[in-house]
Amino acid sequence: MVLDTSKDLAPAEPTGIWSWITTVDHKRIGLMYGFTALVAFFVAGLEALLIRLQLTTANGTVLSADAYNQLFTMHGLTMLLVVVMPVGAAFMNYFIPLHIGARDVAFPRANAFSYWLFLFSTVMLLSSFVLGGAPDGGWFGYAPLSTQLEEYVRMDYYAIGAQLLGIASIMASANFIATVFTMRAPGMTLMRIPVFTWMAVVVSFLLIFSLPIFGVGLFQMFFDRNFGTQFFSGGGDPLLWQHLFWLFGHPEVYVLILPAMGIVSEIFPVFSRKPLFGYPFVVFSGIAIGFMGFGVWAHHMYTAGLGPVAEAGFGLATMMIAVPTGVKIFNWIGTMWGGKVSFELPMLFAIGFVSLFVIGGLSGVLHSVVPSDYQQHDSYFVVAHFHYVLFGGGVFGYVAGAYYWYPKWTGRFLDKKLGLWHFWLMLLGFNMTFAPMHILGLNGMPRRTYRYGEDLGWEFWNQVATVGSFIIGISFLLFAWNLIRSHKRGLPAGSDPWDGRTLEWSISSPPPVHNFDEIPVVEHVDDFWHRKYATDDDGRAVRMPDVSGGTISAETATGDDGSHEEEDMHMPSPSYYPIVAAGGIVTMGYGLVYVPGGWVVVGIGALISLWGVFGWSLEPVTRGGDHE
Amino acid sequence: MSSQAAPVETHDHHDIRPIRKAAMWVFLGSECMFFGSMIATFLLYRNETGDGPGSEIFNIPFTSASSFVLLMSSLTMVLAHNAFEKRDARTTRIWLGATALLGTIFLAGQIFEFAEFVHEGLTLSTSSFGSAFYMLTGFHGAHVAIGVMMLMAMFYLSLDGRLYDDRGLNVELVGLYWHFVDIVWIVIFTVVYLLQV
Repeated sequence: MVLDTSKDLAPAEPTGIWSWITTVDHKRIGLMYGFTALVAFFVAGLEALLIRLQLTTANGTVLSADAYNQLFTMHGLTMLLVVVMPVGAAFMNYFIPLHIGARDVAFPRANAFSYWLFLFSTVMLLSSFVLGGAPDGGWFGYAPLSTQLEEYVRMDYYAIGAQLLGIASIMASANFIATVFTMRAPGMTLMRIPVFTWMAVVVSFLLIFSLPIFGVGLFQMFFDRNFGTQFFSGGGDPLLWQHLFWLFGHPEVYVLILPAMGIVSEIFPVFSRKPLFGYPFVVFSGIAIGFMGFGVWAHHMYTAGLGPVAEAGFGLATMMIAVPTGVKIFNWIGTMWGGKVSFELPMLFAIGFVSLFVIGGLSGVLHSVVPSDYQQHDSYFVVAHFHYVLFGGGVFGYVAGAYYWYPKWTGRFLDKKLGLWHFWLMLLGFNMTFAPMHILGLNGMPRRTYRYGEDLGWEFWNQVATVGSFIIGISFLLFAWNLIRSHKRGLPAGSDPWDGRTLEWSISSPPPVHNFDEIPVVEHVDDFWHRKYATDDDGRAVRMPDVSGGTISAETATGDDGSHEEEDMHMPSPSYYPIVAAGGIVTMGYGLVYVPGGWVVVGIGALISLWGVFGWSLEPVTRGGDHE
Repeated sequence: MSSQAAPVETHDHHDIRPIRKAAMWVFLGSECMFFGSMIATFLLYRNETGDGPGSEIFNIPFTSASSFVLLMSSLTMVLAHNAFEKRDARTTRIWLGATALLGTIFLAGQIFEFAEFVHEGLTLSTSSFGSAFYMLTGFHGAHVAIGVMMLMAMFYLSLDGRLYDDRGLNVELVGLYWHFVDIVWIVIFTVVYLLQV
């Protein structure tokens, strides 16, 4: 509920397609990130199901070797760069400002630019399927395979598409860091911000420092393919690519998982009705993971022949990084311990996250042991491992976040019955798909190979995995149906459906354009909880009585007593220049893929983006309230 | 839109300037890794000259002179920023112009140098050494060129008194960027040109 006085001051929510195209509202941008990622998730899922169909029987005939290569490459690329990272960005966009008590991110138009660049790069990457073939050298793009020129444009799509997605991510990360470090509400010290937002900061730093390394590698690959340079061929060393790639690629793994860890760190306290056990430990172990994540990249390269000293060093570092991860797991268990645990849907998915992540983490520790990794390298054991951490961990965590925050986005609950079907089918399907891969891998089944012989005895477990993968597919169709249906017909949730602890629950659902009628003044970790509850002599939480004798309402809890100071609410004005600039840059990208013929297109794209950037820097940026 | 408030991207109690500065520092951190990766590549390929020429074609006195020009541009940038802080638009304009001019001289030197090297047989595709050298110094040159464009934009804004509008860039941010690009050149000059073991 927005009070009438503030309604006059606050900008109204605009509607229509044009308002979405020109929006600079972090909440709308967050929702667009989420929607785009969900669509891409179904594309990547389709790719995965085709792979599973091909592998169901020995000597499968569903796909050609060429199609298989494109599909497994694009499945990896899509899932990592276009699904899981943007889903993280969706949650960060929506909740960083709400968590720290701000009205928007630091640079709203740059934020819109990041989204449009991400969207157009995604379209570009996926359009490669019909424009000469999709990238087919693996998402890791190892040279010299990736620098071969037989397939004219495929890995150029990879080099340019990933580069543009990286630029979008760097801009978004700088934006998030600036937001958290300079725009926190009064009293919101760094050790009071919610864990999810802390993890968003760590992720942003990881991206800021790792993406430029990948960028250099991608430029080198692109130059090798198109301008005859010798970075990975001739006198060059293909191993350089592996180093540059994994110096990005390993921090990237933490980029994918840390936001999910942040989400479950929000969920466990709410559904256990206890504060997070050891908040500083969770925060600092997240930071430790971020630092150590830069020192373990070569464990992806044990079989490249780095020598025993390097391998031992990276092996030890890899074992050590399991420690802060383990700390977090114990913190989550400690949060549930002795709490009043309610098994609502977000909690179920969060528990699923922890359980499956532990399995994936343990098989990861096996890989850190060099001789053991020699045995498992490039086998399905590795596939099982990283799906347990990234799907069992990551995707379960993000889905938990979707069930947790859907009421905040729409004001309605997701349907519980459908949600339960989703959870149990997904859990069953997931384990049916990926648990057998441990066995297949230990039996020697290699990754990235489009078929296997009949005499190898791998058919049974492959068939189990295929059945499992279709169960996952069905569970996500239910989820999509639930998202659509509950938008109109879900049970009304109100502003604080879970009895939440953080500031986003103190405002209406969905939140008003300006987020907070009055910027809150923060005094505690879990500040909103402390406004609702006092502690009695035994240390138990007691709900504070409202003046009217009932329970305290969300409006009064924010300290919103209706006596507003006359306050301007300058929200940033909508702008179409971000989409113009992003469109220009992606046009340049298309041109670069087809150089030398494409230089004309590059020039056109450059002109469009110049128009966007100049318009952007010259237009006035605020929109006044009605009273002006 | 009334004239009461200067246009800022967000308002509340937040002053926009430290926010932009934080973002610029973060961006420069990212740039460190970008140049660091290319410098590492160059160190790896320093001796991979193949059949082409190696570092013997470097003209150290010439590049020292152009390096000196670039370093002096940092001094003029400091003077521009100093005048900007004192709200002396005229002096700011003079030093901004001087900085842009010095940057342009450096770029001209680099173009001349590249032309010389190509003439002596070192191109992008001659050897891994050539690839790494042109990529590193080329991307640095591109950064200098972008810096010169930003300086000229500031110069242009100062002509009709819009230097203090604080819409997008300001002299302080351009200064941060410019000093960073200079510092990177110090590393490149040392590692690429002077360190010939």
